[in-house]
Amino acid sequence: MDNIAGTKSQLTWAVHISVAILVLMWLFPTVGLFVSSFRTADQISSSGWWAALFPTEQTIQLRTGGGEAAVQENGLYVVTGNLLTDEDGPGAEATISAFGVSSRDIGAFEAGETAEFGDSETLTVEADGTYRYTSAEEPGRRGQRVFVTAETPPDFTLNNYETILFSGTGQDNMAKAFFNTLTVTIPATIIPIVVAAFAAYALAWMDFPGRALLIALVVALLVVPLQLALIPLLRLHLGIGIGKGYLGVWLAHTAFGMPLAIYLLRNYMVGLPRDIIENAKVDGATDFQIFTKIILPLSFPALASFAIFQFLWTWNDLLVAKVFLIDSTGSTTVMTNQIVELLGTRGGNWEILATAAFVSIAVPLVVFFAMQRYLVRGLLAGSVK
Amino acid sequence: MHPALLGLVTIVIGVGGCLAYFYLSNLILDRVLFPASGPNAGRNINRANQIRPWLFVFPALFALLLYLGYPVFETLRLSLTDRSQGGAFVGAANYTQMMSEPKFWEAIRNNMLWLIVVPAASTAFGLLVAQLTDRISWGNVAKSLIFMPMAISFVGASVIFKLIYDTRPADVGQIGILNAVWMQFDGGIGSVLVLKILPVLLFLASAGVFGFAAWVLARPVLTGARMQGGGGIKAVRLIIALFSAILALMSLKSVLDVFTTTLPYGEPQTWLTLPFYNNFFLMVVLIWIQTGFAMVILSAALRGIPEETVEAAIIDGANPFQIFFQIKVPQIMPTIVVVWTTITLTVLKVFDIVFAMTNGQWETQVLANYMYDKLFRANDWGVGSASAIVIMLLVTPILVWNVYNARKEMR
Repeated sequence: MDNIAGTKSQLTWAVHISVAILVLMWLFPTVGLFVSSFRTADQISSSGWWAALFPTEQTIQLRTGGGEAAVQENGLYVVTGNLLTDEDGPGAEATISAFGVSSRDIGAFEAGETAEFGDSETLTVEADGTYRYTSAEEPGRRGQRVFVTAETPPDFTLNNYETILFSGTGQDNMAKAFFNTLTVTIPATIIPIVVAAFAAYALAWMDFPGRALLIALVVALLVVPLQLALIPLLRLHLGIGIGKGYLGVWLAHTAFGMPLAIYLLRNYMVGLPRDIIENAKVDGATDFQIFTKIILPLSFPALASFAIFQFLWTWNDLLVAKVFLIDSTGSTTVMTNQIVELLGTRGGNWEILATAAFVSIAVPLVVFFAMQRYLVRGLLAGSVK
Repeated sequence: MHPALLGLVTIVIGVGGCLAYFYLSNLILDRVLFPASGPNAGRNINRANQIRPWLFVFPALFALLLYLGYPVFETLRLSLTDRSQGGAFVGAANYTQMMSEPKFWEAIRNNMLWLIVVPAASTAFGLLVAQLTDRISWGNVAKSLIFMPMAISFVGASVIFKLIYDTRPADVGQIGILNAVWMQFDGGIGSVLVLKILPVLLFLASAGVFGFAAWVLARPVLTGARMQGGGGIKAVRLIIALFSAILALMSLKSVLDVFTTTLPYGEPQTWLTLPFYNNFFLMVVLIWIQTGFAMVILSAALRGIPEETVEAAIIDGANPFQIFFQIKVPQIMPTIVVVWTTITLTVLKVFDIVFAMTNGQWETQVLANYMYDKLFRANDWGVGSASAIVIMLLVTPILVWNVYNARKEMR
């Protein structure tokens, strides 16, 4: 539509800015979670994640070395060392801008200056953290208290991922839930495609009484809330001995995905050229051959669309897994369920929560960006009439 | 057996079994039951072709009827029985008990709020983004990023937004962005501008929009103008118009409320425990997810508008807003309706967000979560099934409408 007179408005810059604002608003929440998953628990609880992207200035209370570290020079006790790389120090990447020895004036001296206080005590702190403390009397065992205003550069860690994926114990470890989710998802994505494809072919290209009624049935079942199915089907599963487990959840996902699968695939197959199919029939191909050799390869885009839908839906599902899969032992928990449990038990531990959530989000995001084309196509085929 | 291995075996058995079923059943049909040879070859081929479609359809049809058809009736039956009395028929007792529970009415009220706000906001944002990105060079990147939340689970999104709504004591730094922004307001002129004047303008605007919609819908009926459709259409128009008028009045009342309330400046808020308003904080999560969906479909619809109509409008001197609202929007109205109903269906089933973020506490209950509560916590199948039937009833108009459209299209 670029070539239409008048569509090029003077307001183009306003459009650019509004779109940029909208995109930022939509990205902001996810980025927050992503950044938080790379921060330590202390960092998360002391400042907002947006501060993590910039150097932060913080005031910390540290101590010089104690009496046993002191050396005697010219009748003075001298303690030297580095405040930043000490046990409690923030690390060598930080730079000190000011320091103080009294809690009433914590930024009294610039870095590099020498502070004189008490009875002939002096303290010099450099920007890189090295200090020299002198005193006429022998220093106490705990060392001199120093308040330091230090600027720390952005600091990120992979420890959270290490905990969540490998070393964590109990609920903190998502590795098992990750594989459980995968175990649920893959059969629950592939099997409905096969079943639905045959049905869609029959509904699209075979003529039989009741076909229109069946299509109407599929359209009707498309909107039936699966909440209705929970109790009757759980009773059915328990009654015929499937119980709660993978088999049950595979069957449930297969059936719940069926209306959309048939609907999408039929709509696509109807649009395939009639000539090809009739030629094949004339040449003596059976319906089974036509289906496997012609229809299936041609329908690949629709199959891919549905596969993405079903994958995202089963991967992200909580309700069906809770009802049909997870028993009281909890050994078959999926990631969504484990995150909800973490929200209950570790509600304040954002380093665990954010990382766990991001681990569960990562796979769908990769699929989404890799296969976006098919997803869009499926959405359009599924709703625009 | 290891679950992963079990999964692999299931894929092989499932897929292989399906293929074997289709192949073998066809083979038996063609070779054994009705062989295409011998004296009755012609008749046999015809018979085989009559049966074959059912072989193709059977597994899918079986799954559909068993997993979606049968539960509808079984749930209806369960809602009329009492589990503690050994499944005895109790008539409407479950329904009367449900009606007497305040939590149920809270869920109904909240669900109505969700049904109004989420589809409206998602569709509006989706339309806005679709229109804006249509003309700019990096529009596809922008659309892709706004579409992204579609891939994120409701649970994941709940964690994301819980971080946004996080609350810390007043004397330490806030780590939730909403409170961090809130703490910037101190009651000065900036706060008045953003928290008083801006909401008032928004409420006035929404009152105007709803009032206008009510007027447009009601006018032809009230003045007795000639119009298409019979009494049914007129009634629907009047009902929607009445509804819009009520919403317009509510918006006007909100203007008053904004002026009369004093805001607790400087105190961090626990957003998810503020009664009534916390519903909107939960809705934001779903709007955030669904806007991408609306955008993708409306964007395709906007692209499909014939260029001549827009060109003609430009020649007639229409400005960009007139082109959008009077030329483009009317042409994509059917698509807007489809998007709206699809999001409505999602809203009716919304469970994960409420379950993960508040679990229905602080007056945020919705029907789907109420039902889960009854079924699996209170173990009250009767009332749980009754609320499931309520959800089904709310879905039914959309179901009928979809079937009607599908049948019209097939003819």
